This record gives sequence, C-alpha cells and structure tokens, in this order.
Amino acid sequence: MNKSVFFGALTVAGLTAGAAAASTLDDVKARGKLNCGVTTGLVGFAAPNANGEWEGFDVAVCRAVAAAIFADPNAVEFIPTTGKTRFTALASGEIDFLARNTTWTFSRDVDLKFDFIGVNYYDGQGFMVPKALGVSSAKDLDGATVCIQTGTTTELNLADFFRANNISYEPVPIETNAEGQQQYLAGACDTYTTDASGLAATRATFETPGDHIILPEIISKEPLGPLVRHGDNDWGDLTRWVLYALIAAEELGVTSANVEEMATNTTNPEVARLLGAEGTLGEMLGLDAGWAKNAIASQGNYGEIFAKNIGEETPIGLARGLNAQWTDGGLMYAPPFR
Amino acid sequence: MSDTHAASVPYVRESMLPQVEPPATAKGPVKWVHQSLFSSIPYTILTLVALYVIFVILSGFLPWLLGGVWNTGNIRECREVLDGAQGGCFSVLTDRWNQLLFGIAYPQDGYWRPTMAFILLFVAAAPVLFGSVPRQLLIVTVLYPFLAFWLIWGGSILVPLAALLSFAIGYVVYSRLVKSSFAGGLFGGIAVGVVVWFVAGLMTSNLTDVLALEEVASRNMGGFMLNMILGVICVSLSLPLGIVLALGRQSNLPIIRLICVVFIEFIRGVPLITLLFVANVVLAYFLPPGTNFDLILRVIIMITMFASAYIAEVIRGGLAALPRGQYEAADSLGLDYAQAMRLIILPQALKISIPGIVNVAVGLFKDTTLVSIISMFDLVGMIRGPILASTDWNGVYWELWGFAALLFFVVCYGISQYSQWLERQLQTDHH
Repeated sequence: MNKSVFFGALTVAGLTAGAAAASTLDDVKARGKLNCGVTTGLVGFAAPNANGEWEGFDVAVCRAVAAAIFADPNAVEFIPTTGKTRFTALASGEIDFLARNTTWTFSRDVDLKFDFIGVNYYDGQGFMVPKALGVSSAKDLDGATVCIQTGTTTELNLADFFRANNISYEPVPIETNAEGQQQYLAGACDTYTTDASGLAATRATFETPGDHIILPEIISKEPLGPLVRHGDNDWGDLTRWVLYALIAAEELGVTSANVEEMATNTTNPEVARLLGAEGTLGEMLGLDAGWAKNAIASQGNYGEIFAKNIGEETPIGLARGLNAQWTDGGLMYAPPFR
Repeated sequence: MSDTHAASVPYVRESMLPQVEPPATAKGPVKWVHQSLFSSIPYTILTLVALYVIFVILSGFLPWLLGGVWNTGNIRECREVLDGAQGGCFSVLTDRWNQLLFGIAYPQDGYWRPTMAFILLFVAAAPVLFGSVPRQLLIVTVLYPFLAFWLIWGGSILVPLAALLSFAIGYVVYSRLVKSSFAGGLFGGIAVGVVVWFVAGLMTSNLTDVLALEEVASRNMGGFMLNMILGVICVSLSLPLGIVLALGRQSNLPIIRLICVVFIEFIRGVPLITLLFVANVVLAYFLPPGTNFDLILRVIIMITMFASAYIAEVIRGGLAALPRGQYEAADSLGLDYAQAMRLIILPQALKISIPGIVNVAVGLFKDTTLVSIISMFDLVGMIRGPILASTDWNGVYWELWGFAALLFFVVCYGISQYSQWLERQLQTDHH
C-alpha cells in the first residue's frame, strides 16, 4: 500500500509535468511510431520470435492501434517492461500505451491514475493437478500441498477459497513461475495454482501434458486489459474503440480475409460504419475513415487474434470460455458503433 | 696387508653396480597413485567415494551433452527426436544464437560490426595489458573507443571524429599548461576540449551521412554484447575514477576529502539494484517528458559510480600498505604532489591492489546481468524474457543457463588468469 501511495504521488508529479505537453495522439503522429509497453516475455501474450519480431496476444492489440493510426502495424516501438517498471514507464510518458496482461483493479485505476480501456482477456486463478491424483474438483483438495507464488494476490485468493470451503491445505511457497513448474513436476506439491492462462501455458511445456489436468474451478477474477494515462480522454477513447472494433468485428463476421470485400459491398449498416464506408466515426477519433479496417486487416478480429496466439490450435491451447462473444455465452461485448 | 684385509673381503665390493631403475612401485604413476590416492585406508575409502561421485555425475552429464539435439525448430520437435532418450535440447542455442549474442533488435546484417569491435578490443587492449607488445599499437588503443562507438552505434563517423578531435586538442592544451601547473593543465585541457567538442558537434550535425553506418538505438543493444559493452566501459572508466577518489579521500584539503568520503560511503551503502532502478525509473520523473536521455548511458553512469567506489577503497588499501618512508622519500626528492603520486606512490600502491581490483572487475562484469531487472535484454534478460517466454522454447532451462554460465566463466577465468600472470611479472621481491 505504501508503495502504491508512493508511486501514486510520483505519478501525479509526472502528470502535472506532462499536462503541458501536446495530446498523446499528436505526439504519436509526430513521432511516427506508437510506444507500446509489453511484458519482457509471457508465453502466448508477448515474446519476440527468432527474427526479433514481437508476437502475441497483447502485441496484437498494440499493432492494431498502430495500424489504426498509421495504417502500418509495424509502426510500433515495443518497450519491454517488468511488473515493477510498467506503471512508472506509463506514468512518465516513456510509453503511450501499456498492453501487459495487467489486472484491472480498483487501486490501479483510481489511485495510480490510469485508465483501463477495456478487457482483452478474462483470466482467473485455477488449479493444475496430475491426472494420477484422481481429483476432479478443487473442493476435493482437502489436505493437499499447494505450490503458490508468494506475495501475490493468488496467495490471498487461495486462502480465501480454502477457508470458504472449510478445507485445509499446506502451502509450498515458490518465487517464480519457472520454479513452480519445477517444484510441481518434481512432486513437491500436489497441485500448482496461478492464473488459468499461465497454467495452460505451463502445462503446454510439459513432456506429457496429457498427464495433468486443470480443474474446472476458477477462484478469482483477473480481468486483463490495456491501459493508458489519466488525463488524455481522446487518446483513451481512440485505444478503447480500436479494441472494441476488434471485438465487434468478430461479432459482425468481419475477418482479415473478408474485410476489404465487406468494406465495399456490405449491406449491414453497422459494418459499413465500422469499416468507414458510411458515417464519420474515424474523423471523430481524429483518424481517417479506414482506421478499423486497417486494424482488422492487419491483425484479424478478436477471435482470429485469440486463435492465432493462445487458442486451441496453438500449443497453449486455451479454450475461449469467458472470452467468447456474448452471443456464445462469453463476456466479450462491444458497445454499438453508431 | 692383504691378510688383514682378507677377513673383510666378502663385504667389500670392488666394482660399481650398474644403475638400476627404481622398482615399479616406487616411481611414476604407480607411486603417484599409491601415495596420493591409496596411501592409507581412510584415503582409499575417500578415493573410492570420490570416483563413484565423479562416475555418477559424468554418467548423467555425458549422455545429456553428447546425445543432445542441435537442429530442431522447437522444444516439441526436440522431444520427438529424442523420443524419451536422454539428451539436451541444444537446438535452442543454434536457433537463438544471434539473439543470445546480440539481442533481439540489432540489425541482422550488422552483426559484423559488434564482432569487429570485439576483435579490435583485443588489439587495443594488448599494449596496455602486455609490456612485450610493440608500443606503436598504443595508437590503436587511443583510437579504439571512438572506433568501437562508431561500429556499434553506427551513424556518421564525424561524430566520434569530433569527439576525438576535442580530446586531442584538449590534450595538447593540457601538455602545454601542465609544465607550469598540473591543475591548470587539467582544467584548461578539459575546458578547451568541451568547447571544441561543442563547436565540432554543431558543425557536423548537418553532415549525418558521411561514412555513415546504419544507426542503432541503445534500446536495441542486447545479449552478451550488452554485458561486454557495460563490462568493458565501466571497468575502464571506474579505474581512473577510483584512483582519483582514493587519492581524494587521503587529500589534505578538507572539502575534497569530505566529498570523496561522502560519495564512497553513500555509493557503497546502496545496493546496485537500487541505483539501477533510480537510473531507469526515478530519473524518468525528474527529466522533462519526452527527454531521451539514453538508457544505456544512465546505466553506465550508475555502474561506473558503483564500481569506482569499490575500486577506490581497494586502492586506498594499497596506499595505506606503503611504508610511510616512501611518501617521505618522494618529498625529500623535491617532487610535487602530482609527480610523487605518479612516479613513486601509485606504481607501488596499484601493484599491491591488483588482486582487489581484479576482484572488483570480475564482480562488476557479473553484476552487469542485473540490468535484466530493469527490462534490458542482456544475456540473462534474453533468456529470462524472450527466449523462455516463446512458445517454442518455454521449458528449456539447463541448456540456456549452462550456456550463459559457460560464457561468463570463460571471460572471468580469463581475467583472473591474466591478473595472476601480471602479479608474477611485477614481482620485485626476488627470494
């Protein structure tokens, strides 16, 4: 808490210094590049490939914003940040946009003076167990040893869950995810708990992933989303609606393959507005009419991005679950483009 | 006569026996094995236990090393090829070789540039490190920092040339003035150098494509190259700075002494990680938004300050170890302070300090990996971040960390061997 107050105070200092500067969009356009903060590396979400090009689920959001502004998904400077440096990098203006699987919480939104522009992945804490243990529900884990990262919200969630269900457990404290993998595989604990996407990614690296299952219970809410600084609402609107454009495109059936065709001869008025064939949505954001078309053409719609980076066809193999469209029983719901 | 001797004849040999080899058990390997390994029962037991431990380690390690896979595209293919057999997945090293050495963002057709700078480093360092190398090579040493900057960072060659020119003119001024006063020469030289640099910078700022290499931003430096850059620059900068601080701490002028003591004690009392966080995070708040104060430069300043405080204390130890008489001898010869230090005190004090200085240098080189915490992709940062987080290679630990350990070991062991050689060279107390 003290830390966040400290950072909060620093943030205010940074903001007052930055308030005199021009709007973020003008800065970005003048620079010719979007400065986008990403993680130093998280499987499926952001990592450079063998050629040094950044790829991943969060990276795609950065590239979509760049494509909307410059019609060029490569007009991005990716700035790797750690869990410790990410907020200061954003607050100090070093980056314009932070897409680093950051959980949307009250204090980050309010106290640290950031604006979360939406949620691109609904995560939650889950459990992984060896199949041989014969457990099918987290409520069967009475007396189990649990590998848990210390000093995280997952640790607190775990205590809450076991107390609420009136069962006991024995924590095995670990420091990093890599250590957790090793401890779990070595049999130091019966179950390993962290965010479900992390569990899936971890399981995907095992020699025999089929011997391990992820239990159905999700015991916490971890909405991960990109964020921007407080204070420049135009910039917040722009990034928010680029994200919504990706989500809406999936709902409306616009894909990277058919976006050009849809832009010219669609009969759906909402698609026409989204892709700039009708109306002045782009102009309202300070962009040209083809902003959403460029974003979708370069990265695909939300569903395509999901499938390409973390979906069931990839080694990570995450199911859509909560991240399905609202029409399919998920939580992805873009407001109307009107 | 002969009779008296006759009684003892059987016991007197009249001819020399031919020389015979010592028995097989008292020479060569057999004797060595017997004496060193099996001389008594406890030794024998210890030997057998040690042999068993070595066998266990090697029987695990060698199949892993020799049975490794070197040319697959990702960890899953690796496991398919191995098919349950024991073996390392060294494909990650071949697949990400350039990233491990140069980071993710260095232009791929420019890898020859840091490689060239690395090779020239040995040419430039040789005349400083080895007395037997021809002195003419020192010219390479002087030119090297400017050349290496141009090779690694790119841009027009005029930028480092301007810097070189200002250094040269500054040095000329210094050598003119130093005869009358050391301080006057030093400050005069610095002042003139700065002015020349500024003017030359203004003049060359429009000529950006004279002999220009593709410019590479500091942010794009990475891999082992970044460790080498930080290590070499910080060690070579912190040594002179450390000497100055050590002398300043012993100075008779209270202000200078106070400044040096406060600096050394403060820097030594603060963890390096804290300084790096200040360089990366806190400075960003105090600089006006949009200021682009080079991150590597900030880190170099912090690491140099850190290392120079330690080197200052090591050298102070060397200064304190000199007998009082050496100082008095210098005074009685009529040498002034600068001469006494340069000709009498420092050569001896530095010689005593070599093991300590090398210790700091080796530690500093390894400390450069801490920059991975502030999200710079040095060798360790590359492994922790991009490589282990790629879907291709998540889960390959031993091979990557083993490789990193090997690289650092080679460099650090080399430094330590050199320092031992140097100590033997400088030994003057022949026994």
